[in-house]
Amino acid sequence: MSEPLFALRDLSVAYGKIEAVRRVSLEIGVGRIVTVVGANGAGKTTLLNAAMGILPAQGEIRFQGRPVGGLSIERRVAGGIALVAEKRELFTTLSVEDNLRLGAYTRPRGERVADALEEVYALFPRLKERRRQMSGTMSGGERQMLAMGRALMARPKLLMLDEPSLGLAPRIVKEILRLVSDLRRTGVGILLVEQNARAALRIADYGYVMETGAVTLQGPAETLARDPRVIESYLGFSDRAA
Amino acid sequence: MDPTIALFLAQDGVTNGAIYALLALSLVLVFTITRVIFIPQGEFVAYGALTLAAFERGVLPQTAWLALLLGAAAFLDDLIRLPDRRSPRRVLAALAGDVGFPAAVLAAAWWAAPRHLGPLAEVPLTLAMVASLGPFLYRLVFRPLAEAPVLVLLIAAVGVHLALVGLGLVFFGAEGFRTAPFSTAVIEAGPATITGQSLWVLGVTGGLILALWAFFGHTLTGKALRATAVNRLGARLVGIPTAAAGRIAFVLAAFIGALSGVLIAPVTTVFYDTGFLTGLKGFVAAIIGGLVSFPLAAAAAVLVGLVEAFASFWASSFKEVVVFTIIIPVLLWRSLRSGPAEDEE
Repeated sequence: MSEPLFALRDLSVAYGKIEAVRRVSLEIGVGRIVTVVGANGAGKTTLLNAAMGILPAQGEIRFQGRPVGGLSIERRVAGGIALVAEKRELFTTLSVEDNLRLGAYTRPRGERVADALEEVYALFPRLKERRRQMSGTMSGGERQMLAMGRALMARPKLLMLDEPSLGLAPRIVKEILRLVSDLRRTGVGILLVEQNARAALRIADYGYVMETGAVTLQGPAETLARDPRVIESYLGFSDRAA
Repeated sequence: MDPTIALFLAQDGVTNGAIYALLALSLVLVFTITRVIFIPQGEFVAYGALTLAAFERGVLPQTAWLALLLGAAAFLDDLIRLPDRRSPRRVLAALAGDVGFPAAVLAAAWWAAPRHLGPLAEVPLTLAMVASLGPFLYRLVFRPLAEAPVLVLLIAAVGVHLALVGLGLVFFGAEGFRTAPFSTAVIEAGPATITGQSLWVLGVTGGLILALWAFFGHTLTGKALRATAVNRLGARLVGIPTAAAGRIAFVLAAFIGALSGVLIAPVTTVFYDTGFLTGLKGFVAAIIGGLVSFPLAAAAAVLVGLVEAFASFWASSFKEVVVFTIIIPVLLWRSLRSGPAEDEE
């Protein structure tokens, strides 16, 4: 069997003596959506930050068959890994278009940024309408779209999304998740971290459930969505955004 | 006070204010990108002025040796600290930048110093020498502390300030120097007399501000620097190397400092420790701009220059006190408006 696009093996992250993530292993194939669901504080964000290199971690991180655990964030971005952080981390005093152009910062200088820009505008027409607007003045949904668009400007092969539904109205959540689901067709692998387990499992191919830093359940998304333990802990309430 | 004196003071104030504006811009630039409150900014001014003065006397400025020494240390530091840079090409590139450049400047200065080639040759050499100190200091002192709190960075900055003042005394002696003006022209405009030197200062300052505006507003590198200043994590997530951004900020700060020194050398006598007070006045302006706003800092700098000029007329012995007192109402107003918890992001 060929190697997956991205794999974590026995990844552990500690803040001082507290282990926020304990020996987590997961895999993502090309064009697949894999979701990690779990309650607030289960270590999901820590896991993504460690995978991106923002936090030091123990264990193995492999991307396209090569270990990347020792690389800086910049090298990981240039290699094709992108993270849309929970807080979006936009350049609030720069225009929407400047945010997007900077997203292509690691692309070779000769490459036409305009093409990537048009692709992102096609995905998010709202961003094109607002391209001259200062990004700090946009609504929550638009900021999430901009953060995703900025990440896509680097033409990543793996896109990690941290709580894209956080703080958004249910209608916007639906729109964002539909876009995530569409991205799969471009061949990008997606690692989606969500508290909104119902919505995440609906679009994902495979899922992991995290509890207090460790993976407690995993399986195909439809199977997980029917698992009584998951239903009881995470799907018990009706569609509650975050 | 009659209008002639008032105009004279205003001219003096605006000219000095332009210099303070340049320093304030550098301070804001360095702080927003690296979080360093760069106390030694004024030292670049003194080094710029005194290096040029040394050339004028036909002496090789010792600044060239300092640049070479710091460059060599930065190169060694690179070799030890960054194992993934050990490919021969990278080592050669680092060697050329860290040791080759200051060595070339030293050789050129050695050749040029006794020949009295005039400002056209001596000013670029001065700028090259002093500007190269900035990135070397960043690499040796501030980059290793990149993740440290603002207070630690400030203490390191004070350390660099003390070291540079001490070295300044060794290099240039305790004596003050003044260089020949670029222009001795005097323009009579009604009751006012405008000196050519103040026009030089204003012209160069204006040009530099325009160049900075174009750089930060219209180039990808400039925008990447702004992005780093607004959101450091966001910048790293799009792959902007924040260490390179810091280096560029320090190159610009040292260059602007050196240029300010070259500009004021003909109008004030500069001593090895003059830079500190000059830098602090730029700092007052930067604080008024909240250490983040460029236009506010520049406007405040002109105000500082004017207050200083008029204070030196009415209460010359309290000149500095008056200038530094401006900061108190600004701090009060800022702290009342924004509340206490703003020191760390």
